[in-house]
Amino acid sequence: MRWPVSFVFGAALSAVFVAAALVSFLWTPHDVETLNVAARMQGPSGAHWLGTDHLGRDILAMLMVGARTSIAVAVVAVGIGIVFGVPLGLLAAARRGSLVDEVVMRGNDLIFAFPSLVIAILITAVFGPSAVNAIIAIGIFNTPVFARVTRGAALSLWTLDYVKAARVAGKGTARISVEHILPNVANLLIVQGTIQFSLGILAEAALSYVGLGAQPPVPSWGRMLADSQTMISLAPHLAIFPGLAIVLTVLGLNLVGDGLRDVLDPRVRRAR
Amino acid sequence: MIRYLASRLVSLGLSLVVASLVIFCVVEVVPGDPAAYMLGLNAEPEAVAALRRELGLDGTLVERYLAWVGGMLTGDFGVSYTYRVPVAELVVARLGVSLPLTLYALALTILIAFPVGMLAAARRGRAPDYAVMGATQLGIAVPNFWFAMLLVLIFAIQLQWFSAGGFPGWEAGLWAGMKALTLPAVALALPQASILARVMRSAVIETLAQDYIRTARAKGLSHRQAVIGHAMRNALIPVMTIIGLQFSFLLAGAIIIENVFFLPGLGRLIFQGITQRDLIVVESVTMLLVFAVILVTFLVDLAYAVIDPRLRKRA
Repeated sequence: MRWPVSFVFGAALSAVFVAAALVSFLWTPHDVETLNVAARMQGPSGAHWLGTDHLGRDILAMLMVGARTSIAVAVVAVGIGIVFGVPLGLLAAARRGSLVDEVVMRGNDLIFAFPSLVIAILITAVFGPSAVNAIIAIGIFNTPVFARVTRGAALSLWTLDYVKAARVAGKGTARISVEHILPNVANLLIVQGTIQFSLGILAEAALSYVGLGAQPPVPSWGRMLADSQTMISLAPHLAIFPGLAIVLTVLGLNLVGDGLRDVLDPRVRRAR
Repeated sequence: MIRYLASRLVSLGLSLVVASLVIFCVVEVVPGDPAAYMLGLNAEPEAVAALRRELGLDGTLVERYLAWVGGMLTGDFGVSYTYRVPVAELVVARLGVSLPLTLYALALTILIAFPVGMLAAARRGRAPDYAVMGATQLGIAVPNFWFAMLLVLIFAIQLQWFSAGGFPGWEAGLWAGMKALTLPAVALALPQASILARVMRSAVIETLAQDYIRTARAKGLSHRQAVIGHAMRNALIPVMTIIGLQFSFLLAGAIIIENVFFLPGLGRLIFQGITQRDLIVVESVTMLLVFAVILVTFLVDLAYAVIDPRLRKRA
């Protein structure tokens, strides 16, 4: 099996981003909390590779620590979506056409109908701006996505012979769902998880940008952009680097998601 | 068709009821008493209680919910705690910015995505296709508020073709108004156009593989005629679904973009409502946005049935 070039490129971008976050636990080029107003808004140099911000903090160090915030929010938000969405999807598929299926699917339709960003803003505004509330707000909207993907794939699996055989062998619905259906939808969930992960990073950046995500002093890419806005004409690099970090990370994850789908989903492979 | 319409209408009604309940519950748990907030820290308890009565905050939850929903049905959205004017007035004024902005961005999205998506499909596997796929992959990854900041940097600060923000009002003329909304609309449209172009491409590719296209070609139509006359129309069904969804993304995205450009739209109204604890404004504007999105979804559903008669029978 040969991985497509775009997948390798995406995986490399994502790896850089994850590595930056991990390395930041042990080392950053400068301390992110040390303010040095005398050295503020400097352009890229040998001492500060990506320059300094309006308080003289090293932008590279802030981006590295900010990557942790992005990853943490997006990973937990995807986790919430999987933990609640997958069982709901499995249940709906196992009881196809029942009241449970109907309630799960209509509930999903409803969440889809909500403009997610508006509700995320409402939730974070009401419960207070914080990374945790941002995670919950993003996670809620991941739930129907995973429920729908799981249900759709599981429905077709329930008609297959080996599932019928398991039924004849005396296995219950729950056991079949866990032992036979779940492993076979795992590929799709990995692909969807990658996509939701990149969407989570965008959503976290947007919430932090409007001041409803991670709060100071926790560095976050979205807030770095918000801070840079009034100084963009004086020091464009304050806005350019955090923005590039978001774009490259999301691009990398999307390419990984596309590549994984091509490789893991035979239907897509055939269609190409 | 009538059965289909009825089932869609029931679903529309249910969605609205549940949406209103969710929004009401979320907003009602907000910490802090708006009356106490408005009167400041040193307010007398009697004054706070009087203001609570005046604002209609002293009823039970059920009474307040019914009053809120009943009011909205008759066009009475309540009175803003901070502005002291009817919320409906505020909404109408702000809608004059948000709605044109959303529609402008939607028009740009379609104008960019249709030709680009069709070009990529028609030249599948060749240079134009790769260029489109690469560019749209990048477009999807760009956060619209960052793109907006770059547009300001280039077109407002460097080139000075547009203003960096603010809105002169429609009384300054159509041209001035459109000009002020141009950078925000472009910023909103880019990521959505990238998504739509990709959907358009795969939808056209899928329809091009159908037998009726081969028949059309066999009857002597050129490739171009087959793409425009047959493939495009049939590709429109999945494309319309996405356009319907995109309306919701654009409307919600406008909230953030309005903050970048300091536009006096619904988005800024929500943020001001949030910071000033103006619950009734937050509640009503959010409900209005959700209503708009649910309504568009409903209209798209109806449009399907008009385009594709098979869907009417399935309902």
